[in-house]
Amino acid sequence: MTNLLKLKDAAMIDISLNNESKQIAAHILLSDALVQWGFGETKIAVAINGEFVPRSTYGEREILAGDQLDIVKPVGGG
Amino acid sequence: MSYTPTLPAKDFMLYGETFSSRFLLGTALYASPQLMRDSIMQSRAEIVTLGLRRQNPADRSGDAIWQFIQESGRRLLPNTAGCKSVKEAVTLAEMSREIFDTDWIKLEVVGDDYNLQPDPFGLVEASDILIKKGFKVLPYCTDDLILCKRLVDVGCEVLMPWGAPIGTGQGLLNRYNLRTLRERIKDIPMIIDAGLGAPSQATEAMEMGFDGILLNTAVAKAHNPPLMAEAFADAIDAGRKAYKAGLMQKRQTASPSTPTIGQPFWHQ
Repeated sequence: MTNLLKLKDAAMIDISLNNESKQIAAHILLSDALVQWGFGETKIAVAINGEFVPRSTYGEREILAGDQLDIVKPVGGG
Repeated sequence: MSYTPTLPAKDFMLYGETFSSRFLLGTALYASPQLMRDSIMQSRAEIVTLGLRRQNPADRSGDAIWQFIQESGRRLLPNTAGCKSVKEAVTLAEMSREIFDTDWIKLEVVGDDYNLQPDPFGLVEASDILIKKGFKVLPYCTDDLILCKRLVDVGCEVLMPWGAPIGTGQGLLNRYNLRTLRERIKDIPMIIDAGLGAPSQATEAMEMGFDGILLNTAVAKAHNPPLMAEAFADAIDAGRKAYKAGLMQKRQTASPSTPTIGQPFWHQ
């Protein structure tokens, strides 16, 4: 049981999503994480650790422990 | 003497595109998405500004605004509002380009939280980077002549000096600087961006020879935003016509309009 818990813990990583702490499975791709978080169909843009991540690379970018993700949507602006 | 009673249909050119309206309208702060939509319509603006913000996927509150903006068919001018560093502004511009499918960006690099004054050094550096990445940069800048010259040097084809700090409604705070800007930089379109509160202030800016007006709060916070949008549109047109017509020279002393020769009841 202890080993299983350890395995489970090891399989999760801590990240920041829009300045909120979150846990997510290790080795998950950005494209899968976005679906899991409910961003699948919405118009968004993504930056990780302050760097822009083009949409065409979502399926290649693995989310790493400690990553800080910013996911933005259109809003009214001046 | 022949005269042209109306303005040319499309003589406002920004980055190679021509527009008939010289009014650029912001899409924030309206009491409802419907008021924003109606204000865009009444403003006759062909360019609207908008932004990007972090949002929870479950929060659909912004969807109606985005839908109305899309349906308006206006050219989108996304901003980098709130960015305090070159890196933040460049990253947000890249995110905007992808999400809105436009290389136009209203570049904002905030230098001070109190008056939201643009950071001139960051603005020049970010403009340089973005222009090299293929962006068409419309920098929100102060009325400092040297800053504006540096922005032109790095490739900005439009300048957007402030009238007053964002959201203050104070009008043209530094007429000397603005007149100097217009006098010294004649061949670059300049849009007064931010700080205007009344249509008369927009008229004055246009009479001074500025090419356009960008504002948001003065319309969004009016009791009747669509009506105020129309008022600004009319004021901007009036100011442009006055500039094209040429204002008379001011004089210190009175000068009668009606001929003095033939004045009745006058005896020597």
